[in-house]
Formats: sequence, structure tokens, C-alpha cells
Amino acid sequence: MPRVPGTKTGRNAELGLLALAMILVAAYGATVEANQFDKITPTFWVPAALLSVLFVALHLVVRFTALYADPVLIPTVALINGLGVGFLRRLDLAKSIAAKQPEPGVFAGVGGRQLAWTLVALVLAAVLLLVVRDHKTVSRYAYTLGLVGIVLVMIPAVLPGSLSEVNGAKLWIKMGAFSIQPGEFAKLALVSFFAYYLVRKREVLSLASRRVLGIDFPRGRDLGPVITVWLLSLLVLVFEKDLGTALLYFGLFVVTLYVATERVSWLIIGLVMFFGGVYLAYLLGASIGGPFANFYDRATVWLDPFASANYNRLGGSYQLVQGLLGLGTGGLFGTGPGAGSPGFVPEVRNDFIFAGMGEEIGLFGLSALLVCYLLIVERGLRAALGVRDSFGKLVAGGLAFTLGLQVFVILGGITGLIPLTGQTTPFLSSGGSSLMANWLLIAMLLRISDASRRPATAGPAAQSGGSKQPPVQLHGAMTEVIKP
Amino acid sequence: MNAPLRKAGVVILVLFGLLFANLNWVQGYKADAYRTSDYNGRVRVAEYEVPRGVIEAAGVPLARNKLTDDTLKYLRQYPGGQVYAPIVGYKPVNIAEVGIERSENEFLSGASDKLFADRVSAMFTGDKAGGGNVVLSIKPKAQETAWKQLTNNEGNAKKGSAVAIDPRTGAIQALASFPSYDPNPLANHDTKAAAAAYEKLNADKDKPLLNRALSETYPPGSTFKVIISAAALQNGYKQSTDIPAGSSYTAPGSGSPIRNSGDQSCPGEQVTLKEALTDSCNTGYARLGVELGGEKVKKAAQDWGFEQTDLTVGDLEGSGLPVAASHTGEIKNPDGSIDQAGLAQSSIGQKDVRMTTMQGALIAAAVANGGKQMRPYLVQQLLSPDRRPIYNASPQTLRTPVNSQVAGDLREMMVSVVENGTGKRAKISGFEVGGKTGTAQNATGADNHGWFIGFAYNDKGEAVSAVCVMLENVPDGGASAEAARISGLIMKAAAGQGGD
Repeated sequence: MPRVPGTKTGRNAELGLLALAMILVAAYGATVEANQFDKITPTFWVPAALLSVLFVALHLVVRFTALYADPVLIPTVALINGLGVGFLRRLDLAKSIAAKQPEPGVFAGVGGRQLAWTLVALVLAAVLLLVVRDHKTVSRYAYTLGLVGIVLVMIPAVLPGSLSEVNGAKLWIKMGAFSIQPGEFAKLALVSFFAYYLVRKREVLSLASRRVLGIDFPRGRDLGPVITVWLLSLLVLVFEKDLGTALLYFGLFVVTLYVATERVSWLIIGLVMFFGGVYLAYLLGASIGGPFANFYDRATVWLDPFASANYNRLGGSYQLVQGLLGLGTGGLFGTGPGAGSPGFVPEVRNDFIFAGMGEEIGLFGLSALLVCYLLIVERGLRAALGVRDSFGKLVAGGLAFTLGLQVFVILGGITGLIPLTGQTTPFLSSGGSSLMANWLLIAMLLRISDASRRPATAGPAAQSGGSKQPPVQLHGAMTEVIKP
Repeated sequence: MNAPLRKAGVVILVLFGLLFANLNWVQGYKADAYRTSDYNGRVRVAEYEVPRGVIEAAGVPLARNKLTDDTLKYLRQYPGGQVYAPIVGYKPVNIAEVGIERSENEFLSGASDKLFADRVSAMFTGDKAGGGNVVLSIKPKAQETAWKQLTNNEGNAKKGSAVAIDPRTGAIQALASFPSYDPNPLANHDTKAAAAAYEKLNADKDKPLLNRALSETYPPGSTFKVIISAAALQNGYKQSTDIPAGSSYTAPGSGSPIRNSGDQSCPGEQVTLKEALTDSCNTGYARLGVELGGEKVKKAAQDWGFEQTDLTVGDLEGSGLPVAASHTGEIKNPDGSIDQAGLAQSSIGQKDVRMTTMQGALIAAAVANGGKQMRPYLVQQLLSPDRRPIYNASPQTLRTPVNSQVAGDLREMMVSVVENGTGKRAKISGFEVGGKTGTAQNATGADNHGWFIGFAYNDKGEAVSAVCVMLENVPDGGASAEAARISGLIMKAAAGQGGD
């Protein structure tokens, strides 16, 4: 695609930022080796260099397929992803030192596998950018995606626990040594479906019938969809035993609904329904137990993790407490990469990676990491603001918001802010599903941000894509009134 | 749709703000509490990162460290096993220490203020300063003898204890408690295995974890007659003073009659004080106690260390193993008047009189040291990690129950017990040995306890050792004679002769 003269694509800035991110990742690797081996090996730069090759390859794909895409997204995600690989490799190093084995190879161990998964995830992201030249084409498969999304959400719930349960949360499909978290992909599919559905129904849903306390409330019969999704997420809460996932799906739906209709009432209804439902589940868990017991358990553990009854109980607060102790031990500045003892924290490579890293990089490091996540989310929302079509707005807004919400749910859980749930930390936790799904999410944001930042004279992205919508409609006169 | 999108952005901002605020709480405000939390395994790893100080006695290591491949770098080992367990104790991974490991924990771990200079110099050299070393006053030969003789006692007693003290300084030469336990499994890095080992010992009905020399009190029987003798000598009696005795005595105010243990001992109506002690004359001492009165008896016992609740044996700066208080009991009727029958019984160490083995040794030691009771201690020296002396025990007088003249009389009387009386089996060649036996009735139907308290002077006239041996419920009779025999052997070993 030709660049319009006199416009800025931001691609060179992206490359520069990427270089900076990779230097940081290499420095992290060097510090880890210095702390673990008391020396820096001559090969410390290899993982960072391999990652650099992968990210630069993605950068080149973006140059050719989404020239005007947001230049901040890839470097920021690359930094988080690279640090994740670095930390997982650090765990491998500690393990091999303890077992008196030689240093693991670049693709060996959990860190090596994560590196390989990064390659796969980036290939997927590149394929998405190459295939989907216009984000609006996705809307054609909205109903299929909606069905796929719901099926993906439901699979772990209907599977027996032995095939789907990890640490009390039924979020997985386990096949031998290999396991995937279908929910990670489901959120992508569901966002697309919600966006399509709401674009079509927004006029009806924003019709107000009753005004209570200065807020317009929808008609009873229009509550159908929101109640459906509410029930769906409560089922998730009960049968997949996971508050975080339920919160994620429901929050995703309510926010897209709110963005589509601009009615605050939906937000209020959503919040009341969700927290009402959660409280109800807590009460039911306390009184009748059964399927609600797991949630009640997590809630009591969250309320007082340091109580010895909670701490010593099997499946109690041991994990949470060890995570908190790790974070506290790190303090403001941390022990330094490679100098902490993340081995004390169970599941430190998955759900608790943030606590493990927190011990070593301290409050300052974690705050920087938080800012990186915030940057990704806000750049995603910015793409939503800039893009001209409603579908694009809802998809970008929904995806960015979901990512932010997921970070909040898992980090809030680990730091004791909300009850702990089994979410992965995007781009950090070990595991292919999470990495692939989140890189697909980023690819979608790149695609939409390209459309949003493309100068009007460059022609709509639709020209090169395959949308059946006549592009002239969007290009010429505005067909949709966009409120400032 | 842009306005709600912006608001969604604000929501995310607020959520991240909450995360940030909470992180400040966890990593800032609570950081110190979390860093040092009992649940935090890093505390333990750091503790085991440097070698803990060695506990030793006369060059024999009693607690030392072995470098391991575990996360916890050093494993604590107790080569002395159950022989030294009642003294050294043990250091478990995740619960409180016991014994000297507990009382000298600060020094052993290196956290003590006394080691401040060592920590500073270690900071400059880059080495990790270890903990300081503790040298005990224990004489390994005496300790081994005490353990061996207690466990193989000829009276078939299943429980007992022994304490030997240097009367001149208060340095504890031996402190054994039987049955005992092996502390090594309790220091296991596998905390579950350690807890299981502890549970097993704790559930044992013979209570091997109990330190019988320091924390248990028993009726002292006739050993208490030394205190009554002292009270008499301080109240104008002489060794040669005749006291009323007889084969049977019933105290005023009824009670069952007190008899002598054998018909041959003090059958006469009158015996001298010295003869009464030599033959352990019950009727004589019961009447003597009643004659002196309850207040004087209780006061005398207190003068020798009864009723002291805060005595510890460790270093002389206050930290050590607690010693249970010995008691005389109230010896009073419900209306507050002196219970004469009870007083008669108490005067021969029965009724409510209770004594620790340590207290028994302290009595003998005070007699041997001319009336000056030295404060007992276990820690002879504290050495820095590079074995520079930091503390040396400087003996302290704990109390002076009697003047040297009374002490001299008691010494002669107690020597007579061993030469001519009930304590003959304590005799050791080359030493002047004195002492007092005790056979104490306890629960109805139970076998008697056997006691011996005594001391030994070498040929230069130096009081080299004072001892107390206590055998619980000796089935085979001759309880106190067996205690006397063991006492002699321990003192001989403590004086540097024999052993075994």
C-alpha cells in the first residue's frame, strides 16, 4: 500500500520503540544471569535476539498490510512478552542450577516453550493482518463467531472435571500434556458478535420508555439480551467455578452495550445485576453449598487470607498468601531480576507470574508494567475513537476494555484486591492459548487503528479489502452521526 | 459513541488506579510485615544461608552444621544425640527452638548485639558472617557416665535424672534426663517428617521430651534432712547434741505414726544429730522438725533455694533453661495453724515437699563450697564466628544459706553418711565423699523414688564435684543405694578420673 505523501505512518517510530523494548529484554536477561550464575554468559542475548527477529518480522508485515497502524502497540506488547519469556527462562535457570544440570537451551524449558509459542502467536497475528484487510469483513461471520464463542465458553463447563479442571477452576480442555483455555479465544469471538448485534439493535435498545431519577430505563422486553448474557455468565460462575471469567464476559457485554446505546442505565442495570448475582452466589454458597461452594470458598479466603484456618486448609489461601509475601518481600525496588525466590509461590509461571516478577522488580517495576498495560488499553480505545464505523468502534472498544478488565481481574486477585480467579496475565503467563488469543486481539486492534489513523485522502482501507459495503458511503458523506 | 468510549477509558484508568494503590499497600505499607511473616519461607532460607554457631563442650561438638543441597543450605546435626538432648535441645525449621539452641539463639544465629562488630567486618570483607559458637561447661565424661549409669541402673528404674555441679563455680558438669530423645529427626528440613517425629515423642507416655532434671519436682525424702540439720545447727544444736528419736513417733494432732526404715537404725530413744543423719533416722528428724517449728523449716528450705521461681541455667546474663521451683508446701491446717503431723512428715521430705534434681545438687554444692551456693550455669564461653572469646562465665554467688562453720558441720555429718551410714555405695577411692540418701514414697502402691545428693573432695581438699541423682519408682528396692552408687561414678568422672 502506498504511503500518502506528507503523512506520518509512525512505522519508523515503531521500529525505534521496538529496539528500545528489546534492549530492555536483553538487559533483563543479562541481570538474571548475573544474579543466578554470578556472571553473564556470552550467550545471554540469544533469546532477546530471537524475539527481536520475530517482532521485526511482524513489524514488516504491518508495514505492508497496515501501514498506518498504531506504532505504540507492538513495542509495548513486545516488551511485556519479552519480559515474560525472560522471567520464565529465569525459572528454568534456577531449576537447572538446583538440579546441577547445564544451562537449558534457548528452546528448552518453560521459557523456551514460551518463546516457541510467541513465534506461533506472531504467525497467527500476521495471518490475521494479511487475511483481514478490512475489519468490517469480520461482521459477515458475526453469528458464526457468536456461536463459536458460546460453544468455547461452554465446553469446559460440560466436560468432566478431570478434563477441564485446574486449581478448582474449570476453564480448560486438557488433552494429555497439552491443554488449552478456550475462554481466551471465546472473548475475541464474543466481542465481534456483540459488536455486530449491537450495531443492528442499538436504535431499539437506546429507546427509553421510563424515566426514573433522571435516568432513562429501557422497556422490559428489550432486557432480553442482557438477561441472557447475565444468565450465561452466572452459569460460568457456578459451573466453571470462576468469578473472573464471569466478570470478564459480563463486563464485556455491558460495556459494549453501553458504548452502543450511550445509555448509562444499562451500566447501572448491569452492575446491579452482576454484583447482586455475585452476592446471591455467596449467600447460596454459605447456606446450601453445592455448586456455589467453590465461590463461597474463594470469597472467604479472600476476606481473611492470613487466618490460619484458611491458610492451612487444602485449596485455601496458601497460594494467595505466598504471592503476597513474595510481593511484600520485593518491596519498593525488588531484589533484582534473578535474585528473588519465586519458587515459594505456587503456579508462579501461570496465574502468579505477576507476584513472582513483583518480588524481583519491586513496586517500581510492577508500576511500569501496569503503565504498559494501560498504554495498550488506552491505545486500543483511541483506535475505537478514531475509526469511523460503529462496528469497528465497538470491536476495538470491546477488545481494549476486555484486555484491561482481564489485567484488573488477575492482578486484583493476586494482590488481594478482589477474590482470586484463574485468569492468565496477558502476554506474561506461560501458555500458548493466552499468548495466541491476545496476539490475535492485538492484530485486530492494529487493523482497526490502521483504519482509524489512515488519512482520508489515502482512501478507505476497504479499497484493498473485500468488503461488500460500498466504500463510498463511508468515504463521502457520513452515514453515521458521530458524537464528539 | 465516542463519549461512552472515553468513559470506558476512564473506568479502566480507575481500575488500574485501584491496582496501583493496592500494590502500594502490599509492597510498601505491608512490605515489612510480609517480609518477616511466619508464612514467608524466605525468612527460613536466609536463616539457613549462613552456618549457625556450633555448640560444644570440651572440644566435643554437640550441635553442628552440615552443608546440603537443599534450599535450606545447612542441616543442623546433633552428634551427642539423646545424651545431650536435654541440654542442647534442638532447632526445628519452622517452630521455636528448645534448650540452649533456644536460650542462646540470638548468639548462635549471629543476630546478637555481641556480634555486631563481626557483622560489620563481614560486610567489608564480603563474607557472610556466621553465628557465634557456644562452649558449654559440661564435662563430656561426666555426662556420658551419667547417661550410661542412669539408663543401665541396677534398680531397673525406667526414669531418672542426674545433675553434677562444680561447687566452687556453679559450672554444670553433667545434666542428664532419662528417657531422652534423639533431636536429629526434629531438625529435619522436611517439616512434615519433623512434625511427625515430634508428635510421636510427644505422645510417648514416658514423656522423653521432658527435662526431668530441671522441670520436674519430686518428694525429696530423706535428702531433705540436710536442710533440717542445717536449721538445727543454726539454732544452737551441735553435731553431738542428743535428739529424741525412738522406733516410732506420732506427731501431736494425730496422723499415722512415723517409723524408721529399718529396725536397726536408731532404735534408741536418744541419738546425736550426726548419728541421726548417718542412719537417716526418721523419728529423730520428724521430732526435730516439730521442735523447730513450721516457720523455721520453711525458712531454712528457702535459704537453700526452695521457692525460687525464676532460676535459669544457661549463661549468667539471664538467658537459659528455666528451673522449676522446689516447694515445701503450706504445712498448715485449714484454720491457719501449723499442721504438726504434716510438719513431721515434711521434715523427712514427704507430704507436700517437692524438689528438682537441680535443687538437690545445689544443696550438696553449697555444703561443699563452705556454705556459698554458686549460681549454676551451662554456658562457659561464647566465641565469635572466628572463635575469638566474647563472653566468659564469671561465677556468681547465688545465695549463702549457712555460714562456713555450719557448712563444715554439715560436711562432716554428710561424710559420715558415706563412711558409716546409708550412703556407703557412693564411696570412690582417692576422694573424700559426703552425701545424703533419700527414699521417697510417692503415690500409693508405687515404687519408691531413690535419691542421692553428695559431693567429693580431691586429695588436695578441693571440692571437685557436687551431684544429685534421682531414680523414679525403682522396682528392685535399694533405690537410694543405687542412686548413691551412680553419684559416686559421676563425681569421679567429673573429677577427671575414670568415666565409665
